[in-house]
Amino acid sequence: MHVTLRIWRQRDAREAGDFVRYSLDDVDPAMTLLEALDHLNERLAATGEPPVAFDSDCREGICGACGLVVDGRPHGPRPGTTTCLLPMRTFRDGATVTLEPFRTGAFPVVRDLVVDRSALDRVMRAGGYVSVRVGSAPEANTLPVGRAVAERALDAAECIGCGACVAACPNGAAALFVGAKITHLGLLPQGQPERTRRGLAMVAAADREGFGGCSLHGECESVCPRGIGLDVIAGMNRDHLRAALMPGRS
Amino acid sequence: MTTVLAARMPPGPLATRWERYRNELALIGPARRRLHSVLVVGTGLAGAAAAATLSELGYRVRCLVFHDSARRAHSVAAQGGINAAKNYQNDGDSVERLFHDTLEGGDFRAREANVYRLAELSARIIDHAVAQGVPFAREYGGHLANRSFGGALVSRTFYARGQTGQQLLLGAYGELAKEEAAGGVTVLARREMLDLVVVDGRARGVVARDLVSGTLEVHTADAVVLATGGYANVYFRSTNAKASNATAIWRANRRGAAFANPSFVQFHPTCLPATGEHRAKLTLMSESLRNDGRLWVPRRAGDDRRPEAIPEAERDYFLEHRYPRFGNLVPRDLGSRACKAMCDDGHGVGPGGRAVYLDLTDAAHRLGPAVLRERYGNLFEMYKHLTGDDPLRGAMTIAPAAHYSMGGLWVDYDLMSTVPGLFVIGEANFSDQGANRLGASGLMQGLADGYFILPHTLAGYLDGARLAPVADDGAEARAARADVRARVRALLASGGRRTATDFHRALGRVMWEACGIERSREGLTKAIDEVAALREAFWQDLAVPGEAGELNQELERAGRVADFLELGELMCRDALAREESCGCHFRVEHQTADGEARRDDDRFSHVAAWTPATPGHAPTRLVEALEFDSLDPRERSYR
Repeated sequence: MHVTLRIWRQRDAREAGDFVRYSLDDVDPAMTLLEALDHLNERLAATGEPPVAFDSDCREGICGACGLVVDGRPHGPRPGTTTCLLPMRTFRDGATVTLEPFRTGAFPVVRDLVVDRSALDRVMRAGGYVSVRVGSAPEANTLPVGRAVAERALDAAECIGCGACVAACPNGAAALFVGAKITHLGLLPQGQPERTRRGLAMVAAADREGFGGCSLHGECESVCPRGIGLDVIAGMNRDHLRAALMPGRS
Repeated sequence: MTTVLAARMPPGPLATRWERYRNELALIGPARRRLHSVLVVGTGLAGAAAAATLSELGYRVRCLVFHDSARRAHSVAAQGGINAAKNYQNDGDSVERLFHDTLEGGDFRAREANVYRLAELSARIIDHAVAQGVPFAREYGGHLANRSFGGALVSRTFYARGQTGQQLLLGAYGELAKEEAAGGVTVLARREMLDLVVVDGRARGVVARDLVSGTLEVHTADAVVLATGGYANVYFRSTNAKASNATAIWRANRRGAAFANPSFVQFHPTCLPATGEHRAKLTLMSESLRNDGRLWVPRRAGDDRRPEAIPEAERDYFLEHRYPRFGNLVPRDLGSRACKAMCDDGHGVGPGGRAVYLDLTDAAHRLGPAVLRERYGNLFEMYKHLTGDDPLRGAMTIAPAAHYSMGGLWVDYDLMSTVPGLFVIGEANFSDQGANRLGASGLMQGLADGYFILPHTLAGYLDGARLAPVADDGAEARAARADVRARVRALLASGGRRTATDFHRALGRVMWEACGIERSREGLTKAIDEVAALREAFWQDLAVPGEAGELNQELERAGRVADFLELGELMCRDALAREESCGCHFRVEHQTADGEARRDDDRFSHVAAWTPATPGHAPTRLVEALEFDSLDPRERSYR
């Protein structure tokens, strides 16, 4: 099939960027979009043109490295998938497909389609864990965890940290990302001792990093490749409110 | 005369050896730990676990990762599970049995005492992961659930759907984040190690490239830990992530660290077959699917009906026939070889007739599709996204692909390489998996090395090392940086017309043919010349656009391919020198009448470790003899 890729090119964080159109005549519909980009990049490299920079690694939707805005939507038109699993047969023959980096204040563009998502790591550093020292854990079956609870915790823990939720949000909020971690750990007995502190610290860190506030548009949920739902934001709000009302417990 | 490598194995009975050794290892007091710096390269299960644990102990840790975040390391993609000898199923499991299965699964080419230690530590890994909040699968009563993996007759695999690696990695990443917050670790992202700095014969740092600015940085420390993963991407097509590469361990080899069993690479039987030239990354379908899935091919060669149209009587469930005791759950080496044999005989299906069916319809009838979705939901989704087919209707089409490298830098019992002060953990070392890794044992090894072994053995080294201070701009560091700079310039200067990917593709074809599931003297001899010729062409006709002082992914790729072109040759040399078949290393000249691997314990019950080539000299093959006190190496039998 034939497609035109309209790609955002930007040399680095300082220079202005613009769209450049590339025409591809020999696209196999079974290729993924990123394989089509690889293909374009090989052509560019062989002719001495700088290839299009983009982040990608596992190519199976789990590492969270990839993330493009495809035709205006983070990770593209198919719900429940990352950019790396998006097959070209999604698009019609002759289509023009627009590729942009995730655009949000907290993710500065590094080059072309690569953005800096280190703000998400800094939010995790504020409390996205259980503080347990290696060697101090009790026997694993000491604390039973109901099957349904464990499954719900895993639903939230599936977050791959791609940042699509932030890119889709009109406020640039990281509420789905933060809520997923707070919900995952808040459901499990192991997460209880730090629950109050975690709720306060992660939300404060997200504010510090310049992520916006959540006004429940729900755009995040619709682009999340793992199908994480708005209920985790409700869980985050509950934990945060409870923590805020209990001074001295943090 | 053969040079012999000493693993510096402590004496004593296997069952208590590690405990005794730990009691004798030197301790460093908390006040002195703060004075020691450790550099960890890589943030997968092994690297993140080691960095976090060392920081908890009070060492000053710096951690480099070439991704934009520590959480992206390729451990994240491990699907099926992690083994541990908990015996929660009451099916007779024990440390002894896990040890035995792992050693036998590796076809008796691993170091016995390391494997025993691994089995012994396995249970504590699960304890720790649960305490971190890793949401493993549970039974209705709230206790941990298990499933079976290849090469075992017990259920000892702990799992979180088909994303166990992700959940374990996020546990380790969380622990790392906690230590970053506490100030014990600094994680530097988008840094790629390109050389090792050796001072007075000891590893004292690395040269790394800041991938955004292109700056070459020197990072020095009292000890260096490599946790940089495996090199299955040498085959171009593999289940590894796109950026997984051998550069860190290969550059360490060039600086003197012996490289053990480079030809021991595992081919995973159940991957999505390659379609077209463009696909390098082959998607794995977890081995756990073989709990419920059955492999088959049409009995009639060339039968091109859709799988659901082929009646039961005309299907050959080849693993169940050939290996009645283990059936579909044979170890991966046997599974891949059986698939290849079926395809070679004309029974293959899918693209080019190089695939077989993995069929879950029996299980769907028995358990219902909902149960299967609960167990493997994310795998089904992935299959559907990539192929457009529903795996519960008809059968999945799967084929073997390069997956995991058992080979890696040689390490002693302390996990230290032949360069003092250079420790190597996880898939990057060679130690525990022998000639074939059992499913769900890779995660176990990475975490055992990182959480429970290295943090203690490292103290033993630091205590006795008497290290002088080393400056980032010392003579050795400056020399290493100059070498890297020259290499980067050479990559950019070749001014040719072929891309690094194109050379990589060509290398992959040579390696797959000659050093793949089957190897022969003739094929390997030819491949050594072919790889050398490719390498020469690479440096003459390579095209790398752009500059050194910017984010340049094509330059990154070219550097990695340049190293694969050197490692590929060593892999062929190693496979040629090992005149036997064992595990994944199958030499057609050495097979039994049934077509199984024929080991030669008299001549090859050893680890082969290669010192670097020097101008005018081929690499030297060193040997570490393997001795087995606990069980007699026997011919593996899964029939």
